[in-house]
Order: sequence, then C-alpha cells, then structure tokens
Amino acid sequence: MIGRNRNRKRRAARISPRSSIRLDIWLLRHLQVALASLGRLVRAPLSTLMTILVIGIALALPSALYLILDNVRNLSGNWDGAASISLFLKQETDQEATAQLAARLESDPAIQRVQTVSREQALQEFRQLSGMAGALDALQSNPLPNVLIVEPATSHSAPDSARALLLRLQQMEGVELAQLDLQWVRRFHAITEIAQRGVVILATLLGLSVLLIVGNTIRLEIQNHHAEIEITKLIGGTNAFIRRPFLYNGLWYGLFGGFTAWLMVLLAMLLLDNPVEQLAGLYQSGFRLDGLDLGMLLTVLGGGGLLGLTGSWIAVGRHLNEIEPT
Amino acid sequence: MIHFDNVTKRYPGGHEGLSNVSFHIEPGEMVFLTGHSGAGKSTLLKLIGLLERSTRGQVRVAGRNLTRLGRGQIPYHRREVGMIFQDHRLLHDRTVFDNVAMPLVVAGLGHLEIGRRVRAALDKVGLLAREKALPVTLSGGEQQRVGIARAVVSKPPVVLADEPTGNLDPALSREIMGLFEQFNEVGVTLLIATHDLDLISRMDRRILVLKQSRLARDSAAGPTR
Repeated sequence: MIGRNRNRKRRAARISPRSSIRLDIWLLRHLQVALASLGRLVRAPLSTLMTILVIGIALALPSALYLILDNVRNLSGNWDGAASISLFLKQETDQEATAQLAARLESDPAIQRVQTVSREQALQEFRQLSGMAGALDALQSNPLPNVLIVEPATSHSAPDSARALLLRLQQMEGVELAQLDLQWVRRFHAITEIAQRGVVILATLLGLSVLLIVGNTIRLEIQNHHAEIEITKLIGGTNAFIRRPFLYNGLWYGLFGGFTAWLMVLLAMLLLDNPVEQLAGLYQSGFRLDGLDLGMLLTVLGGGGLLGLTGSWIAVGRHLNEIEPT
Repeated sequence: MIHFDNVTKRYPGGHEGLSNVSFHIEPGEMVFLTGHSGAGKSTLLKLIGLLERSTRGQVRVAGRNLTRLGRGQIPYHRREVGMIFQDHRLLHDRTVFDNVAMPLVVAGLGHLEIGRRVRAALDKVGLLAREKALPVTLSGGEQQRVGIARAVVSKPPVVLADEPTGNLDPALSREIMGLFEQFNEVGVTLLIATHDLDLISRMDRRILVLKQSRLARDSAAGPTR
C-alpha cells in the first residue's frame, strides 16, 4: 500500500509541466521550431512574398513620412535667417560699440550665434542686389544702420520663447528696432505639428492593418493545419507547443515585412536624393536627405516583429481553442 | 488503473451516451469493450482520454480523478494514455518516422532518445524498413501498425483502441491482436473497443458489453472475481 502511494507520487511529479524538459533541449526546440516555420514560409514562396510585400508597404509609408518630417525639421534649423532676429542699431552706434554689443549677445545662453553686418557691407550688398546703384550714388551719406543678426539657441526657437527674446533685445541700449518674422515661425511650427500628428495617426492605422493582415494569414494557416493540431492535442501537445510555430510564423512575417519596408524607403531615398540636392542647390542650401541609418532599420524591424507577433498571438488565441479532437 | 463509478454522459439535447456505468480495470489487464454501434463504446473511450467529460459520476485513470483535472492538465494526462483509432489519424504529409515521433517531440525528448525509441517501436510493429515512407504508400494494415507504434512509443501505462481492426481482414486482425497481447505481457493496460465478436471469443479475455448506454455484462463480474 505504501509502495503504491509512492508510485502515485512519482507519477504526479512526472505529470507536472516542464519538469522533465531540460533547458538546452527547450532552447534547441525553439530554434528548430523557428527554422521549421521559416522553412514552411519558404516552401510557399508566392503567398509568403505577397504577405511580406503588403506588410512592407504598410510599414514603409509611415517610416517614409516620419523620415521626411524629420528632415524638414532639420531644414528649419539650417535655414539661416528663418527664425533669426535682426537688430537694427541706432545710426550713431559706431563700429566699436557694435562689436561690444555683439560680444555681449554671443555670451547670452539664449543665443546661438551673432552675425554682424556693418553699414558698409549692407550698402554694398544692397547696391548689388537691388539694382539701384545709381540712386545710391546720389546719396551723400550711407543711410543704412549697422545690423546684428541674432540666431536664437534651439531651446529658444519656439514661437513663444523667440518672442520673449525679441522683446528683451528690443529693450537693449543702442537697438533701434528688433525684427523677427514671428508669423512665419508660428506657421512653420503649426505645420510640422500637424504633420507630426498626421504621421502618428497614419502609423497607428497602418500598424493596425499589419495586425489584421498577419492575424488573417495565421488564421488561414491554422485552418490548413486543422488535422495536425487535432492529432497533436490527442497525443498530449500543450497549447504552448501548438501555438509556437504559428507565433514564429507571425514573427518572421513581421521581421521580413520590416526589412522590406526599410528597403523600399532606401530605394525611394536614392531616387529622391539627386533631385532634392538640385533643389537645395537652387536655394543655396546644403540640405541632404538622411536618417536612414541603423537605428531606423532596427526600429522598423522591431516594430514589424512586434506587430507580427501580436497579430499571430491574437489569431492563435482566438482560433486554437475552436479545434478540439473528437 | 481505470475506475468508472456511476458514470453518466448526457449530450446536449438529452441523449445519454452512457448511463450509470461502473467498472474497474486493474493494472496490466487486457479488456475488450463490445456492443452495437451507438451503444456507447466510443463515448466510454473518450471519457478516459478526456476528449469528453462525464456529466455525473467519477472517472479515475492511473490514480487521477479526471472529473477534477483542469484544462491545462489535459495534455499531460493524454501523454499517459495511448490512443489508437479505426481511421489511424496519421499525418499524411509526414513520414512514418515523424508520425511515430510526435508524442516524444511533444513531450520534449532529446533528438537521440527520440530516434532510439521510434526505431524500437517501429521494429516492434515490423515497419522499421518503412520509416522514411509516407503513410499513403502503406497498406491499411501497415497504417494501423504505424498508429499503434505512435500510441506505444512513449510507453504509456494505458492504451485505448477504438475498432483497431475495423477495416482489416481476419489474418491482419489476428496480427494486430498479437501485437496487443505482446504489449500486455510487458504490463500495459489495454482497453479495446470492437464489435468483432468472432475475434474476441477466441482470445479468452475479460469482456465488457455495453447495451443502450448501459453496462449489460462484465465477464469478470462472475464469482471468479
């Protein structure tokens, strides 16, 4: 009787989950399942390719838009004068006082850079650009003041803080007029804000569509493996065991989709690079499209993988319980 | 090993698959279960393999009360109950070897151990030479033997068979029964549902007869036991 009890205990221990599975075998099993799932995808190349392409396009759109937005925001930084403040100094301010003022402003933490345009320089520039050289020659003295072009630090380039800086500079001694194209700065910020939110909305919608695509694909695969799932349940396969290959399928779809998205964006960038450079050249700007780096690749891969895994998890959770052996 | 205490299985709609059935099967017994179609043979086997649960009464297998076993425990219970079906239930896109290996893969055994045990099981049923064949290329009797190899490869203490000789001619049926007797000799408890009365009358084993969902006769219930 005692012996029988002990036997019973031993059996109870054997039935407890995973107690008999060693870690190395468990890892090896995962690797095998991952490769087997990859093999299954490779053996149906056409449908796999189509699924991956659809996911790739869905991920490429928000990635590309994000990249463009990022570049445009950099552009606003490069754009000399766009958000800079012009300080027109009083006529009587001489060279020395101008230089002193410039030096004082340079040390201000709210200011990135100060550029001095002397009245002589200004006159010369005006003479060249305006085409009114004759009229200027008729003047006895230079009517133009010394000008300091103040470029706010990035921490002070938002409309409100730029405005505060403008008011402060306006109060300074020797300053006749401080001018900032605030309207333009505001509009630019508003536009990028909208674009940014638009990208977030689009990314959410397309991310959702990736979930649905993967979910639907996995649902079909579950249906195709109906017999296999049923028999696996009959011989004692746990739900985790049955779920695993489908989860790996979803993960692969997501990863390959992400990589495809990256390739698509890369291709688009290469195609756009030359025309953008030409356009930037026309505006005397050194603007270049960039940002398609390793970080971006890891982001799309990570995002794609996560979406694929989640999509298949939802599908498997919903449909696996429907299949029970009879 | 297998205990049924006043077990009733009622299906939605009121039909009773089993009514108030009680019996005990000791470890190492080989028992036949017989009766007309629809008498409840399949229902009884399904309750043991937890494909279905009893409506009333208690089913205990290998010391486990199946009535109280949670969903998560079902797979681990099924690993201790080998099941053989009339329609074999093999996977047709996998080789004989892979089909037989499934219970061991599911249980998480190592590669070498799986190869060793699968070949031993295939050797036992006489199909070692066909391990790389696909099931469709095998005859009905050979497919059934693959199903048997799969049921016993993990050495479960209990093996259930539902009409294992249903589609086979008498000679092949005898061969299959011979295999079952060999398993029984090494201590496996077997419960075989069949309506081949001819066959079982020659085997001189305990017989349970189901009639209209009730246990009509138990050949061991006489004065000898």
